[in-house]
Amino acid sequence: MDYFLTDKQKMIKNLARRIAEEKIKPKRAELDEKEEFPWELMDILAKSDLFGLIIPTEYGGFGGGCFENCLAVEELGRACIGVATTFAASGLGAYPILFYGTEEQKRKYLPEIASGRKLAAFALTESSAGSDAAGIQTQATSSGDVYILNGTKQWITNGGEAEVYSVIAMTDRTRGARGASAFIVEKGDPGFSFGRKEKKMGIRCSSTRELIFDNCRIPKDRIIGREGMGFIIAMKTFDEARPGIGALSVGLAQGALDEAVRFAKERVQFGKPIISFQAIQHMLADMATLTEAARALVYAVARYIDTRPRDFSKVSAMAKLFPSDVAMKVTTDAVQILGGHGYMRDYPVEKMMRDAKILQIYEGTNQIQRNIIGQALNKEYGKKF
Amino acid sequence: MEIVVCAKQVPDTESFIKVGPDGKSIDTTGIKWVLNFFDESGVEEALRIKEKVGGTITVLSVGPQRTVEALRQGMAMGADKSILVDDPTAEGSDPAGIAKILAAVIKGIPHDIIFCGFRTTDDESSQVGLMLAEQLGIPHLPPAIKLEISGDQKAVKVESGVEGGMLTLEAPLPAVITVGRGLNEPRMASLPGIMKAKKKPIDTKKLADLGIDPATVGAAAAKVKIQNMTLPPERKAGQIIEGASVQEKAAKLAQLFKEEVKIL
Ligand SMILES: Cc1cc2nc3c(=O)[nH]c(=O)nc-3n(C[C@H](O)[C@H](O)[C@H](O)COP(=O)(O)OP(=O)(O)OC[C@H]3O[C@@H](n4cnc5c(N)ncnc54)[C@H](O)[C@@H]3O)c2cc1C
Repeated sequence: MDYFLTDKQKMIKNLARRIAEEKIKPKRAELDEKEEFPWELMDILAKSDLFGLIIPTEYGGFGGGCFENCLAVEELGRACIGVATTFAASGLGAYPILFYGTEEQKRKYLPEIASGRKLAAFALTESSAGSDAAGIQTQATSSGDVYILNGTKQWITNGGEAEVYSVIAMTDRTRGARGASAFIVEKGDPGFSFGRKEKKMGIRCSSTRELIFDNCRIPKDRIIGREGMGFIIAMKTFDEARPGIGALSVGLAQGALDEAVRFAKERVQFGKPIISFQAIQHMLADMATLTEAARALVYAVARYIDTRPRDFSKVSAMAKLFPSDVAMKVTTDAVQILGGHGYMRDYPVEKMMRDAKILQIYEGTNQIQRNIIGQALNKEYGKKF
Repeated sequence: MEIVVCAKQVPDTESFIKVGPDGKSIDTTGIKWVLNFFDESGVEEALRIKEKVGGTITVLSVGPQRTVEALRQGMAMGADKSILVDDPTAEGSDPAGIAKILAAVIKGIPHDIIFCGFRTTDDESSQVGLMLAEQLGIPHLPPAIKLEISGDQKAVKVESGVEGGMLTLEAPLPAVITVGRGLNEPRMASLPGIMKAKKKPIDTKKLADLGIDPATVGAAAAKVKIQNMTLPPERKAGQIIEGASVQEKAAKLAQLFKEEVKIL
């Protein structure tokens, strides 16, 4: 399919593809097995300036939009969702600063994130506040010229490895969701430490860790936007980032389809390659159709977002929901097509199936995506009729 | 330091290769073309030298217009400029013909170090580097896996693998150095690098510009001619030897080796 990419976009896709093929693919099984953080690969991505993709040129980036980011993470995801998530999470951590930071904050943090010298992370979730993000307990108390943070964030991607953290905490509990604010916390700030590193089903090379704030003192000028804007900032960040999860999903589905077709052509049973059986062909046909449909949706939404529309929560949720469900189905079917081989770690599809599951969970579960779409429909049709 | 990297555009080793209708060349439809790996490694080594002692890196190739992409690949990594000899008469040259053309270009430009991949991943003749050094009348150093420029920048020392050991050689500059496997790991081009490469100069030359008599290069002048090209035979399916006991299986296997494989 030709999606009419510009020369620049083709170049981004090709570069990411090459890194995925030559550098990530040969390492992915070992990183998964050892649960080892992919620093070496982050370094390669940094030297290629891919971390700067979404950062404006005035802050040392490449000035790409949501679509360019999607093209890159799709290719990385085709090789390894663990590595691609690590890469994408840094962008997630950068968005709050990019969208709501002061000029000084942007100058201080964005060039370092763009160059890949520093990884970023985004921290919202807590043990008792997952989907119900408004239930967060982490407190930021204003005291003279500092804020004092107390509380624990859970399951934070790039936790412990990142240098820059965008953290959502309550500044005024009495105001509920309007009482949250966003802050920049740096690794090394007094009272900021890391807790347990999780053992996971998939994306095992990525770091998922607790952030512990114990009377963590940060200067007043670390607040992003104003007090009370925390959830607006978080939601805007997710709206921008969700098609990226969709793109990771498309990449993963494509990677699984590639493996399944290749295997089906080679595996001989009953004297014929199994791809000659209609049952297999039909599975592959559905996998290919779903993957292409998911890609078309992600590209369309990402391009729409880059026109800077006012409200795009609904379509952004669609661009995460559908592709991640597709990735789950396609990777599961790829394992089925490979049969017993697919279940073994010697072949990449069992990892792909384990990795796929997270795409339906993080950055808002797919139930929550459906809630967002449903609520938007309710609102839209309320207006019209 | 003036560094010239000779580079060839070759089919990606992942490409699906078919023999063309003439039976003497590959069918190039659908082939993905890339910079030859060892030449890429040459660009990398040139960049490392430049980063240390400064200089200019020129990527040089003989090939059709599509070769521009390979040159841009080298410039995206950081090389400064390129020269492409694009002349239909040069097509079908054997290694001696290519070396002659490269030498004619290099004689006309400043050069301290010339890198050549020790082989290409398509024809694998491993001759161009040696012949080029001969044509230029300068030393040739064998496939280098380690390289060091002397403090006064007048000589180069390389390590090259020989069976069971290591050879350390030194030569005065200018010299031709062939790039061996493991000399370095070529860097990935960066996004800005790729953007900049689009604006870097490519000087395109014809044989006439180089004063080369067209009768001395190209297919007609080639001393080595390809007669025939065939794909390696497809691997036959494996055979499982049945038998009630290990002894019986071993006996059958020995018999097979004797009668069919004929190696016993
Ligand atoms: C590997 C990994 C990495 C992560 N990285 C980050 C990160 O970098 N930063 C960060 O802030 N968070 C991160 N998270 C947290 C992630 O975003 C949350 O896990 C997710 O939002 C869901 O929250 P929960 O796990 O508490 O599930 P819960 O909210 O407890 O949900 C449990 C189930 O109930 C369903 N459910 C809940 N509420 C509703 C409802 N209203 N309607 C219908 N169904 C509902 C959910 O869909 C789900 O199926 C990460 C999580 C994982 C596993």
